[in-house]
Amino acid sequence: MPEARVAVSEGLYGFHGGLHIEDHKAPACERPVEDMPLVDEYVLPLHMHIGAPAIPVVEPGERVRRGQLLARPDDFVSAAIHAPTSGTIRAIEPRALPHPGGLSAPSIVLAADGEDREAEPFDPWPDFRDRSPVEIRSRLREAGIVGLGGAVFPTAAKLATANPGGVETLVLNGAECEPYISCDDRLMQEEPETILRGAQVILHAVDAARCLIGIEDNKPRAVAAMQAVIDRLAAEEDERRFEIKVVPTIYPAGGEKQLIRTLTGIEIPRGRHVTDYRMLCLNVGTTAQCWRAVVEGRALTERIVTVAGGGVTDPRNLRVRIGTPMADVIEAAGGYTEGVDRLLMGGPMMGFALHEDEVPVVKATNCLLALRPADRDPTPTPQPCIRCSRCAEACPADLLPQQIYWYSRAEQFERCQDYHLFDCIECGVCSAVCPSHIPLVQYFRHAKTEIWYAERERAKAEHARRRFEFHNERIERQKAEREAALAKKRAAIQAAQEKKAREQAGEGGGQPAASSGDGDDRKAAAGMSIEAARQRARARKAKAREQSPNTVSGGGQRSTGEGRDTGHSPGAEGDS
Amino acid sequence: MKFPVQTSPHVEAQSSVAGVMTTVLWALVPGTVVAIWLLGWGVLFNVALAVGTAWLAEALMLWLRARPFHPALTDRSVLITGWILALCLPNLGPWWLPVVGSLFAVVVAKQLYGGIGYNLFNPAMVGYVVLLVSFPEAMTRWGAALDGGAAELSLTEAASWTFFGALPPGSGFDALSQATPLDQLRMVVTEGGSVANMGGSIWSMDSSWSLWLNLAFLAGGAWMLYRGAIRWHIPVAMVVGVLATSSLLWAIDPDQFADPAFHLLAGGVIFGALFVATDPVTASTTPRGRLLFGFGIGALAVLIRSFGNYPDGVAFAILLMNLAVPLIDYYTQPAVFGRKSGAASRGAGE
Repeated sequence: MPEARVAVSEGLYGFHGGLHIEDHKAPACERPVEDMPLVDEYVLPLHMHIGAPAIPVVEPGERVRRGQLLARPDDFVSAAIHAPTSGTIRAIEPRALPHPGGLSAPSIVLAADGEDREAEPFDPWPDFRDRSPVEIRSRLREAGIVGLGGAVFPTAAKLATANPGGVETLVLNGAECEPYISCDDRLMQEEPETILRGAQVILHAVDAARCLIGIEDNKPRAVAAMQAVIDRLAAEEDERRFEIKVVPTIYPAGGEKQLIRTLTGIEIPRGRHVTDYRMLCLNVGTTAQCWRAVVEGRALTERIVTVAGGGVTDPRNLRVRIGTPMADVIEAAGGYTEGVDRLLMGGPMMGFALHEDEVPVVKATNCLLALRPADRDPTPTPQPCIRCSRCAEACPADLLPQQIYWYSRAEQFERCQDYHLFDCIECGVCSAVCPSHIPLVQYFRHAKTEIWYAERERAKAEHARRRFEFHNERIERQKAEREAALAKKRAAIQAAQEKKAREQAGEGGGQPAASSGDGDDRKAAAGMSIEAARQRARARKAKAREQSPNTVSGGGQRSTGEGRDTGHSPGAEGDS
Repeated sequence: MKFPVQTSPHVEAQSSVAGVMTTVLWALVPGTVVAIWLLGWGVLFNVALAVGTAWLAEALMLWLRARPFHPALTDRSVLITGWILALCLPNLGPWWLPVVGSLFAVVVAKQLYGGIGYNLFNPAMVGYVVLLVSFPEAMTRWGAALDGGAAELSLTEAASWTFFGALPPGSGFDALSQATPLDQLRMVVTEGGSVANMGGSIWSMDSSWSLWLNLAFLAGGAWMLYRGAIRWHIPVAMVVGVLATSSLLWAIDPDQFADPAFHLLAGGVIFGALFVATDPVTASTTPRGRLLFGFGIGALAVLIRSFGNYPDGVAFAILLMNLAVPLIDYYTQPAVFGRKSGAASRGAGE
């Protein structure tokens, strides 16, 4: 089926560069989505979304049902976590995460009882049009909905970044440009109405006027299925806000900014939100979950995962409960083939390699890709850059990767920023086209990390410097105060002595006891400076009491909604 | 199950340096075959000697620098250096010309700068210019093409000439060398004659062979373009640079300056535009920069031909523009996504 194409829509704007690449979607995409059988144990990391980790609300030993809240969102940008099936909480402990660094993090471990009993759902809202945007947002938040295209940004927070009535266009992302992955394709074929109904909920929540659906031209069946529902909605309900835009199959057409550029011609610069341009972009899988959460009252407890690659026996799409160990998912797809040596979460272009398969499927897991050496470039030796510029010709962010590479290799990170390092979206196109097989993206990630680190160090050093200066100033001030007091005291003593001497002289007395008088001086001075210090401390305390109500209320706020696009260090904004 | 970890992307390699170089090597074949047909076996000896020396020099330098032979030697880039240099050399030159040129190109201009990717100047052109300034007499031993020329020499006669500087006894050729069209132009101009008065002489002499040769190089260039080994910017801009500059001079004084068509077809313009200026390592990397780079070479080549001391200026022009590449690249950066004027401002609502 990979050769079948549907006509590309007219009036598209496209984007610079990109990569035509064999899509490998066929074997998995040919089969309907199947339900993954239940397993014995589920592991739910508390931090499987962008933002703050969720806070557990259950105790080990507690019995739970499917859909029951296990952990609540801790912040504006955070997401709830629900039980994927019924069972008993076995533990809340650190478990290995699907993470490029192979980290462990606190997770809720659920021992399934195999009965899969459902918890009481939220109130179903078939009348969602009568609900306010705030109510819908809080429902999405309660239901743990996050972006399922891979970014896992909490959807409620995303909607909240749009000013009321500030969204004109909802962009539905069904491009699915990464090779191998077909979960969105299958979803569009099998549940087009759920996707579009969910989009209606979002259109209502942000009061948008139209919805553009971007789908790559290598998914003719998805386009047909979606179009059929759109036509029916138009005929039956006079719903005319939907429009499918078939975009050319070129990686990374499904990148949020690239898709928006393709559909509208608008380029969203780094550091700006999509909502600044009166748009909102959601993955098709996300809106399907929005419909389930708002209209059916169900929490997010499962997602479709593509299991693909030459490393699995039976590539297919599976409906997998969140928290299922990946080893079981691979097993459900027939197990590994001979010679598999790489397991990825995500697609081959942007996905990351996993250290092991004993990690859970999380909300971001759109694909499990098992590869053999024959399925990819078997780690060739990097050669020197020959400055052929293929990377620059292919870069969808219009960068000059060969120059950034040159400077990041030389650790000249400021020059990297001159060449807009932080506009790199790490899509991997440059590395893929490089005839010298240089891992360019790896260099760029390294350079970014180094710059972030340097920024942090600089901020720390600045803080330390200020503290040191303040400390010195205080010491100086105290010294000056002490000396002033001392001088005053001395003058007083001297005056007294002179008076005494005059009196003694008048009586015709002997030598004054100079040495003992000196000792008295010191004692008296010490007494005075202690008294002065006491007074200062009292004054400080009184002042602090006056100010304390203000200082407490001022420090508690946290910045919100900034986690996604502007999650860079302050230094990232330093160029331009 | 545990897995070793690698960074993304995890896809099949789309191309390789050796693949690019192989495309260029094939593209050199038609021009070389035509050159042998027109100018005799001397061309073949030049190619064999230059390529062989270049390869050996690269291997020797890698060994001295304690660098692995693979992939530096197996990427085939050094073969192109030798081959391009050979095609610039006179067909009746002595054997040591390609050897010395190749040695200098590879040892000094390439390996001492750090090998492939690190050389600032085009190695073949450095080798050529070194020969041109060091051995001016040997570099003018061009034999006439085809009838009565060097192409009539047999393989043994040509070998004898190349390696011993003399023809075998009784071979019936005497004056083999003759001035190239560019040499003739230079002579006419320096002796105060009029280019226009030369009439058709420039064209009648050897024009057919330069046309055939250029067509063969164009075929190679088309192959490289088709395979993506080069981009159109530099060759097109260089041709435009040649035509624009020579048209301007010709319009000012047709007596003093040759016409644009002559400049385009004579000497190394087409060959240089397709095979030499497009060397990625020493050329500009941005689209606008490549246009500037190519145009600069074309303009400088005509200026050097018209006002300089050497008959052809393409090699000098390329080296001069190599020097300007870092500057060009810095000032011709393309606008980054979202920073293009107009694109982002549309629909930008706070």
